[in-house]
Amino acid sequence: MKKLLPLFSAILLALVIVLPATAQQNFRPTEQSVKEEQLLNALKPGGTVSGRISIPDERAANLIQPEGRDWQTYRRTTLPTIGTIAILGMVALLAIFFLARGRIRIEKGFSGRTVLRFPTFDRFVHWTTASCFIVLALSGLNLTFGKMLLEPLIGESSFGTLAALGKLSHNYLAFPFMAGVAAMFLIWVKDNIPGKIDVEWLKAGGGILKKGVHPPAKRFNGGQKAIFWIVVIGGAAMSISGWHLLFPTEGIGEVQFQSRVHGVIAMLFIAVMIAHIYIGSLGMEGAFDAMGTGQVDENWAKEHHGLWLEEEKAKAAKAPPGAVAAE
Amino acid sequence: MARMKFLCDADRCIECNACVTACKNENDVPWGINRRRVVTINDGKPGERSVSMACMHCTDAPCAAVCPVNCFYTTADAVVLHNKDTCIGCGYCFYACPFGAPQYPKVSSFGSRGKMDKCTYCAGGPEADLTQAEYIKYGANRLAEGKLPLCAEMCSTKALLAGDGAIIAEIYKERVMKRGYGSGAWGWKTAYKETIAI
Repeated sequence: MKKLLPLFSAILLALVIVLPATAQQNFRPTEQSVKEEQLLNALKPGGTVSGRISIPDERAANLIQPEGRDWQTYRRTTLPTIGTIAILGMVALLAIFFLARGRIRIEKGFSGRTVLRFPTFDRFVHWTTASCFIVLALSGLNLTFGKMLLEPLIGESSFGTLAALGKLSHNYLAFPFMAGVAAMFLIWVKDNIPGKIDVEWLKAGGGILKKGVHPPAKRFNGGQKAIFWIVVIGGAAMSISGWHLLFPTEGIGEVQFQSRVHGVIAMLFIAVMIAHIYIGSLGMEGAFDAMGTGQVDENWAKEHHGLWLEEEKAKAAKAPPGAVAAE
Repeated sequence: MARMKFLCDADRCIECNACVTACKNENDVPWGINRRRVVTINDGKPGERSVSMACMHCTDAPCAAVCPVNCFYTTADAVVLHNKDTCIGCGYCFYACPFGAPQYPKVSSFGSRGKMDKCTYCAGGPEADLTQAEYIKYGANRLAEGKLPLCAEMCSTKALLAGDGAIIAEIYKERVMKRGYGSGAWGWKTAYKETIAI
């Protein structure tokens, strides 16, 4: 036994020395690590690789958001394509319509008698919103198409100044525009509830497709109701998405989404407004007066808003003699 | 000419934030803006790693692609810089950047962003090199002095590497071979569409 003791101790000693060494070889705590590749592969669309940050800017905790690279596809390809198709498409449609139908005349000619269609306040609201819209639309289009179309023409320096002014006015005019859309909603919503009469109006081609056909319409016909709801709903969508872009509170994914909404709706909105501007000016005789002086010709009113004219006449007949119509 | 890149060896980064501080000081970065930051992934869990991140000076940079006024340009060293005189502060580069590099000083409470500010790779801007005008707008121009960005130069563990992409990739590769592990060249796949094969 005594002879074996040194042997045992030698074996023990060997174990003490060797075991931790092998254990160390198998377990290296520093080797475990979060891998970039795993995180990127596990990422959902729009997701971010993020962690903890010790500076106060919470947004800086996002380390990588690969979606950022995809947003440029929207900006460089998707949006310009949608915009070009919508705007040039609308202009082409209107050109075809003009060539085929020409200017829509008042069939019985001007009667010389007029009736008040839009009082001063209505026209004020309309033109406030409209002028804001035009500046917003042009400065917005400049961000999408300016680099392509305008910069080669006027040079980098003037284009930069113009774009900066455009962005500034876009930020500030957004507020009167929002107020204008809200006011238009309040003053005109009661006359813009869609009904059966609008279906009939649409079926008859809206009184503008065929000569001599004038389906009955109240204060606003089907087409005008459509424009009204496009402005109200489109304007609301533009306002909400624009608000998010002006005052971003959530993460980068949110801003990217809102900018997509803002851009696409803007392009469609502009296309529809081009049609609205056409029919309200060049496209139809007597139509501009409604928003110009506010007084429309009776024959125009009879053809396009027959029921409304009857209502107005009935109201005027009821009013005591000598009373002045309130404006 | 070199193709300048950043590489953060997360297995070496100790989250001391010295790169953040050095950058702020060297470039006199506006209040509220951090051109560089250190993010800790899996904080407090096994395998936690910290990564120092700034503008990666991407190949085919998305910021330049989406800018509506063409204010970005790439230098001969492949550093992505921008012209603050042309910038309109629209925020598009921030939407497009995968690394959250572009930031805007708040100039008014009415939602208007100031001129964009981001890491310049310590290479200044379009003004003449090493002028006061350049320093005020963009900060230091160490590249013009033959030096690398300060964040990487003074990194205490040499986790953050700056320099020619091929050379820093080689250094990283050697390190990974020697120690037997590496969490990857963070951001390279997104910025340069390549990783370092080991």
